[in-house]
Amino acid sequence: MASALLEALLECDEGSRGPAWLADARRAAADALAREGLPGARNEAWKYTSLRALEQSRPTRDSDALTRAVDASLFALPVDGPRLVFVNGVYRADLSHVQSIEGASISTLGATANGELDPWRALLARNYESVDAAFARLNTALVADGPLIRVAPSARIDAPIHLVFVGAGRDIAWNARVLIELGERASLRVIEHHVGADATAQLGNIVVQASLGAAARLDLVQIQDTAADATLIRRSEISLADDATLSSHVLEIGARLARHDLDVDLRGRGARFVSRGVFALRGRQHADTHLDIRHDARDTTSDIMWRGVADDRARGVFHGAITVARGADGADANLSNKNLLLSPNAEIDTQPVLEIYADEVKAAHGATVGQLDERALFYLRSRGLPPDEARHLLIAAFCATALAEVPADLRAHLEAMLTARLPQIGDA
Amino acid sequence: MSTLLKIENLHVRVAGREILKGVSLTVNAGEVHAIMGPNGAGKSTLGNVLAGREGYEVTEGTIAYRGRNLLDLEPEERAAEGVFLAFQYPVEIPGVNNTYFLRAALNAQRRHRGEPELDSMQFLKRVREKLAVLHLKDELLHRAVNEGFSGGEKKRNEIFQMALLEPTLAILDETDSGLDIDALKMVADGVNAMRAPDRAFVVITHYQRLLDYIVPDFVHVLADGRIVESGDRTLAHRLDEHGYAWIAERKLVGAA
Repeated sequence: MASALLEALLECDEGSRGPAWLADARRAAADALAREGLPGARNEAWKYTSLRALEQSRPTRDSDALTRAVDASLFALPVDGPRLVFVNGVYRADLSHVQSIEGASISTLGATANGELDPWRALLARNYESVDAAFARLNTALVADGPLIRVAPSARIDAPIHLVFVGAGRDIAWNARVLIELGERASLRVIEHHVGADATAQLGNIVVQASLGAAARLDLVQIQDTAADATLIRRSEISLADDATLSSHVLEIGARLARHDLDVDLRGRGARFVSRGVFALRGRQHADTHLDIRHDARDTTSDIMWRGVADDRARGVFHGAITVARGADGADANLSNKNLLLSPNAEIDTQPVLEIYADEVKAAHGATVGQLDERALFYLRSRGLPPDEARHLLIAAFCATALAEVPADLRAHLEAMLTARLPQIGDA
Repeated sequence: MSTLLKIENLHVRVAGREILKGVSLTVNAGEVHAIMGPNGAGKSTLGNVLAGREGYEVTEGTIAYRGRNLLDLEPEERAAEGVFLAFQYPVEIPGVNNTYFLRAALNAQRRHRGEPELDSMQFLKRVREKLAVLHLKDELLHRAVNEGFSGGEKKRNEIFQMALLEPTLAILDETDSGLDIDALKMVADGVNAMRAPDRAFVVITHYQRLLDYIVPDFVHVLADGRIVESGDRTLAHRLDEHGYAWIAERKLVGAA
């Protein structure tokens, strides 16, 4: 039951690129897609996010991705490190700067010879068994480019790697794959940054896969600030070996329709996941975040704190699932998700799910959807702040708590981006 | 002596129930008035109505502040015109830095009054002066507004805000409740340092204890929504000796 959309997308395929194992994986993924299509209205994992409007579109591959003019100020960030820019999923050397860094190897999927892709086989050829991951199947079938980053054991890379994904042009569909591997005790900072060059409808589909060796540390900041008419489907899959740490920050402010699946597998003993995220939506934006956190080993920790704000007719979805597997004793899982509705027509659905199959587990979760605290509002007004200024201050502070641990070089910038999306003083 | 506040026959409903049933009170510049009374008498309602909190419906009577109808003003306008309420339960506001909040509040008030805003240097200078007078640590400044503050710290923060904003009419709503003697003295010192001929205080309290340190010019007893007794500071001592039941008994005797 492949939809016309899928047929159109699969037609974009340039044939089986890559080594034989990848060609096989691509074919299998395309077959599964043709068989099962996209998640339908009855799919539990997609029940809040309808793909019906998207299925009416017929986007095509961008043949001008290498030559499109893109303003570099779109993705300027106050960080100093390598930058890799992909326009509609295609690497743009002219917009990027990659200096060699000791201990790190940075390349791109598109420029890597077949024989050198073998180390990435487990990630690239992953078989997605469920229709829930239909877009990951699509990605496997079609993806042609994306950054490949490997950090040698014990190498600590201080300079953050800035990965920029620019969506540009009308009715374009693109795919990108990010592959990251950290050796034992390696550490790395990565900023994944989505922007839109123009306000036209298009479909982006990105899969990020990271594998962290023992005692490795990844600081991942994901900024989703793409164009207001775009659809952006993201999947982040990260697995952690013993004592590895993933510190994740997500800022969701862009796109008309955004879906992000964040799958974290704490497979090594003592692995630790700290997740902070915030979405701020307005207009008719729709953002759906699915966390799927698996504690598969003893003494693993997950510490999740998300904030959401929806104004106008926007809709936010937060699904936070934590599974503690049998035998993962000593696991400590904490999930908190607080949301603010700023308009009677906005909607936020939050669903924390804890499934525990181990003994001696510490687990807590809490989720709320509410309005601004009237007592706090009155308190600020009683000190002289006009109501819109008081509201703005409270909303910004509510969101900013999710960014408090972002490294200082980036934090003020992210706060400013966020604040610019909130109801402004004088809007009332 | 100019009249700052003139409340006449004030009736207030909260959630459909009449809480204040005809309160009249005149406060002149330079005076300190204490409002005492048992729990549920309407003391906090009076403070909240003066500050402009929503949900308090004035069904009868008037409140004039410096000759204007106070009830016409929004809470932030009242603040800018010099009305300050020290909350009985100060609100915790996570994520909002205390210094940032106070500077925004002070500058909003100054804008309203047509005064130039203070830049961060000018503001910090003023903050340091007030901290010194109140013997406060500047650690208070770097924290989020009231977040994780102890009960005593919250009340001190209210007094600090009062000192910084320099109101004309300050209403202290049970600022003494839950304070140990040192914190109580600090609160009293803060108020006493601010006493001035052009400023007035309305001190709402359940206990006479605070009035040993903030000596009032007038004491009023509020019971069941009315001021049933007014006098000088000695009234507070008599209340302390005899309890609020004594007032009720005297009223009964008077009625008979």
